[in-house]
Amino acid sequence: MLVSLLGIPIFTVLLMLQLAIVSRLPLLQGMADLLMLFVIGWALHERVKHAWQWALIGGIMVSLVSATPFFAPLAAYLITTGIGRLLQRQVWQTPILAMLLLTVLGTLIYHGITFVALFFNGTTLPVQESISLVTLPSTLLNLIFALPIFVIVNDLAHWVYPVEVI
Amino acid sequence: MKTSGSGFWQTATLLLVGVGLVLFALSGYMTPLFGSVLSPLVNIQEWLATRYIAVYEFVTVPRDVATLRARNQQLEQEVTNLQAQIIELQQQLREAQVLYALLDFARSNPQGGQYVAAAVVGKDPNPFLKYIFIDRGSDDGLRRGMPVITNQGLVGQVDAVTATAARVRLITDPSSVVNVRIEPHRSEAQLVGSVTGDLIVEMVSQDAPLQPGDLVLTSGLGGTFPSDLLIGQVISVRKQSNELFQSGAVQPVVDFSTLQAVLVITNFRPVDFSPLIPTTSP
Repeated sequence: MLVSLLGIPIFTVLLMLQLAIVSRLPLLQGMADLLMLFVIGWALHERVKHAWQWALIGGIMVSLVSATPFFAPLAAYLITTGIGRLLQRQVWQTPILAMLLLTVLGTLIYHGITFVALFFNGTTLPVQESISLVTLPSTLLNLIFALPIFVIVNDLAHWVYPVEVI
Repeated sequence: MKTSGSGFWQTATLLLVGVGLVLFALSGYMTPLFGSVLSPLVNIQEWLATRYIAVYEFVTVPRDVATLRARNQQLEQEVTNLQAQIIELQQQLREAQVLYALLDFARSNPQGGQYVAAAVVGKDPNPFLKYIFIDRGSDDGLRRGMPVITNQGLVGQVDAVTATAARVRLITDPSSVVNVRIEPHRSEAQLVGSVTGDLIVEMVSQDAPLQPGDLVLTSGLGGTFPSDLLIGQVISVRKQSNELFQSGAVQPVVDFSTLQAVLVITNFRPVDFSPLIPTTSP
């Protein structure tokens, strides 16, 4: 329970960084998503036992702050966490590769869900421009940010879940 | 008697030699001799003095270097502090210039609106959306739908409000639609945003003489924005004979990428048309 609640201050700090700094560093029209990267890194770590709770906290925070309709960020973060847990348990033994792969997948999922949510909200986005000017630059920025975030998440996971010595 | 006589002569001889040497010295005949004798002594004295000074400097100079280093560090610290102060003052100056510009606009605006100045504190994390966050909320009188401007022109509209902050939808957002008037021919049109942040003026009648350089202002139609707020200038026109309307790209007067402070018009409330919209009865 305490570990789950620890996600609230961490995601609060991340959200402040995202709104104040990262969102102001665009590449074309794309921008990185610190919270999603953190959720991905957290979901991929073998010691982490509260990945779903943290994805829920991050998703709700972003959904409350952002103007994206229908809690789209929450859905995207939960789906990404699900894929991350699947990769962590069954397929990948190299977490850094899984991190990069899931970063690409997560960005595509998030943007796809946003695209659909905006469509049902009455805003139709041009597909080609959205991909070339928003999604691809965002993916590149997320890949750049993925490595440092992975290291930070790794250290945090070792701090939150220390090795039990018997 | 004999002994005392030889002693006298010895003394007299020495005296004569001494007086002679003095007389020679006074007359300058002894100078080469003194020179040849004193020269090695002077050399030895010089060598000794040089070594003494060297030893003295060896003992004392390191202490001076340490003092100078400490002094240098202190001065460098002062330079660093002064540079930090300069940067801080420059930042304050920039903020003051922005606020003065907004204040001038508020004072000179003939419409006599009531304004609340707010700082831009963030941008929406979703890259498809063009929203900003400002540091004023319902505690400062902000309500949903209030127009947001700068001294240059229209920025957007308050979309959501909390007690101490508000979210503003920019006119560049893909879902933004603003009713506009194009000067000088006063054509009515709609200004829409896009995912790239570009502004497009649409629904312009084919008869309208739309051309680059025309000014785009809010028309006030629909009651969502006050009229005559400057938005931008038409930079290109797209007109095809097989289409019902012509359109054009608009260069906004506001630089949305560097927004630092905005004004919220608090005495303007958007008109709510929802009671007038007929509902289908079962």
